Amino acid sequence: MPESNYWRKPFDADKVKSPDGTVYVIKDRCKGCGFCVEFCPRGVLVLSTEFNRKGYHPPEVIHPDRCVNCDLCERICPEFAIYCLNQEEIIELAP
Amino acid sequence: MTVTEVKPDTTRKIPEHPKSLLLRMDRMPHIWCSRCGIGITVGCFASAMEKTGLSPDDITVTSGIGCTGRVAGYVKADSFHTTHGRAIPFTVGLALTRPDLKHVVFSGDGDLISIGGNHFIHAARRNQNMLVICVNNFTYAMTGGQLAPTTPVTARATTAPYGSFERPFSLPTLAISAGASYVARWTSLHIRRITDSMTEALQRRGFRFIEIIAPCSTIYARRNKLGTGLDLMKYYYENSVIDHNASVDDLDIGFQSKIVVGKFVDKDRPSYGKSMHEHFRKVLGNKYQPPVSGKMEIDKSWSGCTESQDTTVTDEVQS
Repeated sequence: MPESNYWRKPFDADKVKSPDGTVYVIKDRCKGCGFCVEFCPRGVLVLSTEFNRKGYHPPEVIHPDRCVNCDLCERICPEFAIYCLNQEEIIELAP
Repeated sequence: MTVTEVKPDTTRKIPEHPKSLLLRMDRMPHIWCSRCGIGITVGCFASAMEKTGLSPDDITVTSGIGCTGRVAGYVKADSFHTTHGRAIPFTVGLALTRPDLKHVVFSGDGDLISIGGNHFIHAARRNQNMLVICVNNFTYAMTGGQLAPTTPVTARATTAPYGSFERPFSLPTLAISAGASYVARWTSLHIRRITDSMTEALQRRGFRFIEIIAPCSTIYARRNKLGTGLDLMKYYYENSVIDHNASVDDLDIGFQSKIVVGKFVDKDRPSYGKSMHEHFRKVLGNKYQPPVSGKMEIDKSWSGCTESQDTTVTDEVQS
């Protein structure tokens, strides 16, 4: 999916900073459904060509800078194999 | 396309999944097929638990038999995997003994509406205090794809190789007509709306019903040549219409037709326990001793828990 080019630019776009997120993929838990790749609104992910232990293709982060920590991949993943965290959550969950 | 490095690097310790406090991550990967929608609803339920701020000790989850019946094994709350169709009667018992907890029935359409259909309508009629989450995938998936009471007309099943010709149940219509106090329907693509709906419903009393239409990739989609679960998710994206004030005639689902979703009913109706207390207080006056809520031990003051006390209550009524 391309970047959101059908929205107008907000008036306060220069003042408000969009949040940053980091995507984590638990590769061996993934069953390669492709929901996260299909529905990511920022086009961060793509299905990789490599196989995981079960023979599925897990997603791969190709544009980590585009992630805005919207949590959609985390919520739409039926396998609980992908999640995105902001910097505070990373410090909280992985001390 | 420039491929940039994934940050952070792999040597760093990967943080735990945010839902690992509410779901049993040691049991993952779960048994559901690739591209199944049940996992999404479980994730939304965990998010709803997080949003309400309830601890897992305050929630019970009961499941019946079937694919969705396995949910009880994956949540960290007190959970039970009952026999086929009997998730609601089990929860009725829980709701009567522990009215202080939140009781959730998480099961599939074949379990709740087919074999457990009678329990469903009577729990809704009495407004028993529970939240029923029904994951509807239009078929009996675990047993091999037999015709379910929700299978749309002309959809194929193993027991209907030339397509179904029976009129299916519309689950929100059934719940509304049976008297549920909260009725909503979403597809498994409406993740934020499911979460909001579950959060709202967890905070209410009475019989609350949420139907979630989920893709069945291996059985329903394959047998009907609909592609995979991803194609069904795209179909939900294109064909679901949000209409909170839809009339019950619009809620029927045909084969690959438009799906009307939304929150259809949200009304305050006295729950079973409340009606019972009010009625007995009116009839018996000071003689009525209401059950002690929030106690696992059966208290002597609880009229109706033993036979002798039960007879005294009836004697009092007769006198």
